[in-house]
Amino acid sequence: MKNSIEDLINAIKLLAETMSEVSIMEVCGTHTASIRKYGIPSVLPGNIRLVSGPGCPVCVTSQEDINMALSIADSEKVIFTCFGDMMRVPCGDKSLYSLREAGRDIRIVTSPMDAIDISKTNPEKQVVYFGIGFETTAPHTAALVDEIDKQNINNISVLNSHKTMPQAITHLLKDECRVDALLCPGHVAAITGSDAFSFVPEKLNLPAAIAGFEAYEILAAILSILTMLKTNRKECVNMYPGVVTKSGNLKALELINRVMEPEDAVWRGLGSIPGSGLRFRDRYAGFDATKRFEIPGNKTQEPKGCLCSGILRGENIPTDCGHFGKSCNPHSPMGPCMVSSEGSCFSYYRYRDV
Amino acid sequence: MESKITLAHGSGGEKYRELVQEIFLPAYSNEYLSPLTDSAILEGGGKIAMTTDSYVVRPLFFPGGDIGSLAVSGTVNDLAVSGALPKYISVGMILEAGLEMDVLKRIVDSISNTAEKAGVKVVTGDTKVVESKSADEIFINTAGVGIFPSGRIIPTQKIEAGDRIIISGCMASHGMAVMNARNNLGFSPPIESDAAPLGKLVDAIFMNENNIIHAMRDPTRGGVAATLCEWVTSTTDIIIYQGSVPVRPDVAAACRLLGLDPLHIANEGIILFSVPEKCADSVLAALRKEEYGKDSAIIGEVREGRGTVSAVTDFGSKIRITMPNGELLPRIC
Repeated sequence: MKNSIEDLINAIKLLAETMSEVSIMEVCGTHTASIRKYGIPSVLPGNIRLVSGPGCPVCVTSQEDINMALSIADSEKVIFTCFGDMMRVPCGDKSLYSLREAGRDIRIVTSPMDAIDISKTNPEKQVVYFGIGFETTAPHTAALVDEIDKQNINNISVLNSHKTMPQAITHLLKDECRVDALLCPGHVAAITGSDAFSFVPEKLNLPAAIAGFEAYEILAAILSILTMLKTNRKECVNMYPGVVTKSGNLKALELINRVMEPEDAVWRGLGSIPGSGLRFRDRYAGFDATKRFEIPGNKTQEPKGCLCSGILRGENIPTDCGHFGKSCNPHSPMGPCMVSSEGSCFSYYRYRDV
Repeated sequence: MESKITLAHGSGGEKYRELVQEIFLPAYSNEYLSPLTDSAILEGGGKIAMTTDSYVVRPLFFPGGDIGSLAVSGTVNDLAVSGALPKYISVGMILEAGLEMDVLKRIVDSISNTAEKAGVKVVTGDTKVVESKSADEIFINTAGVGIFPSGRIIPTQKIEAGDRIIISGCMASHGMAVMNARNNLGFSPPIESDAAPLGKLVDAIFMNENNIIHAMRDPTRGGVAATLCEWVTSTTDIIIYQGSVPVRPDVAAACRLLGLDPLHIANEGIILFSVPEKCADSVLAALRKEEYGKDSAIIGEVREGRGTVSAVTDFGSKIRITMPNGELLPRIC
C-alpha cells in the first residue's frame, strides 16, 4: 500500500508540472477531515489546491434549526437525542451541551433507532431525535419514522433538518464557478448511486470523481481528476466502485422517498436553496417535532465577522478568518465549522500546518 | 449484614465497625492496616514519592476493569512514572446511601486483587456515607507512597533532542472501552480496557542499570497526544511515525467509526518513555518481556526544533498533533 501511495503521489507530481493552478473542491465533511488527517495537502504540488465546500452537515445546519433544537431540549418533559457533533454548536450563549450541564436530559446516540429504546424505558417523557445530515443519514431517520409508525409509538418525534447534496452544489456553482473539479462523497453516492452526480459534468461542466476516504483513495481520485482536466474530459468517474453502484441503494432510496419529500431548505452561510431539504410527507407529518412543540421565533444573529459563509462556499479558507484560532477555537467556537470534527475550521485547527 | 449501604454505615458506630470488619479488613488485610490506628506506620527512609487521585468513573464496571482496579492502577502508575517503586496506598470512599452491598464488595475485592498484582498494600482508609443523590453510588480517592530503591536515578522528566519515544502497549483501549460501555455504543465483542498497574513494568527497565529514562508518563486523559504536547519544549520537536503506534484492531475500528483520533483517547495501562537513542533497544527489549509490555514499540523521536509535535505518515505526509479539545464527542456519520 505504501508503494502504491508513493506511486500515486509521483504520478500526480508529474502531471501537475504540466498544468497551471488547479482547485478541487471536496463537498463532503468526511473528505475534509480525511484530507487533513492524512496530511494530503503536504504531499501535493503547490499548484494543486483543495478547497472545502458545504459538506459538513453540522456546519450547514441553520441557526434557526439549532435554535429550535435548543428550545425543544430545554424542557424537563423532553429527552433530546442527537449525534455527538451537534452538542457544542453554539446559538447565542447556549448550546445543547450547556443545557445538559444545566441538567436537561440530552443524550448522544449513534443510531436514530436508539430513540425507540429510550422512549420505551421513559414512557412519561417525549423523546425527540434531531435528524441532520445528507443522503447518508436520511435513510436512518426515515427508518426510525417508519418504525415508530409501525409500532404506533406516540412519544417520539423528529426535528428534521436533513438536506440533499446535488441541489446545494448546483446552487453554489452554477452561476459563478470558482473551482476546476469536484471530489464527490463516496458514502452519499453509496446511497444515491453514481448517476446522481452526473449533473456535475452535465450541468456544471466540471469533471468529478467519487472517492472513498482512505489516503490512497483520495489521491487516486485526485490523479483521475487531473488526468481528466489535462485531456479536457468532463465526466463523473466512480473511483469507489467497491461501494458505489450506478443506481445506489434502492432500498434506502425507497425508504427516504416513502417517508420524506423535497422542500426548500435554509443552509447556514448559503441561504435558502430550492428543493434541497427533506420534509415528512403528510402521512408522517405527525412525527414532526415542530408540530408537537411550541417554538419561539429565532432572534439569534450569526456572529459578526464570522467567515463561515465564504468558507462553506469555497471562497475562503479558515485561516482567512480574523477569528480563526483566536476568538474562535474548539474550546469556544463561534460557529459550527469549528465544532464538528468534519468542519473545515476544526480540521484546519486540529491539523494546522507543521 | 444489610444488602444496601445506609447512612448508619458512615456514622462511626456499630454499623461502621461492621463494614470495616466484614468488608474492608478481610480484603486488604496486612500488618500495617490491621492495628486500625489513626495513621499507618510505614517502613521507608530516604526519598519517597507521594501522589493522590480521585475516581468518579461511570459505569462502575466496564470490560477489562472497574472503578476499584482503576483507583489502584491510576495511583500506582503515577508513582511508577516518577521512578518510584509503589509500596503503599490509602483508600478513601464516599458512598451514596442505598448502594448495594454486593457492589461495594465487588469493588473492594477488585481493589484487593489489583493491589496484590501491583505489589502495594492498602495501609489506611476512610469511608463516608452521604444521603441519596448527594453522590453517584461511589467515589474513591486513593493516595500512594513509593520509595526509590538505592542507586535509582530519578528521571528528570525532560525530553532531549536525540531521544527515542517508546510506548509500552496499544493506545486508546481504556477510553474506548468506557465510551462503549457508558453510551451503549454496542461494539461487540465489547472493547476491553487496558487498566493495569505498571510498577513492575517500570522496575524491569531499571533492572538494567545502563538504561536511562529522561521522561516517562502514563498518558491518561488527553491520550498520547496530550503527553507529547506537554513534553515538547521550545527547543525541541517530537516526530511520531504514524503507522508504528500500536492500536488494537477493535479499538482502531471504533475510533474510525466515531471519527475520534486514538492519539486523543485516554489510557490506563500504558506508559510513554523518552529515552536516549543508545538505550532505546535495550529498554524496548526489557519492556517486551513483561506481561503488560508485550506490544511495546518505538514510535517516534525528539529532534531539535521549535516546539511542535507532528506525525509522519507511511507515505511521507506530515500532520500536526495537537492537544484534544474538551469532551470527545462521537461524530455524525
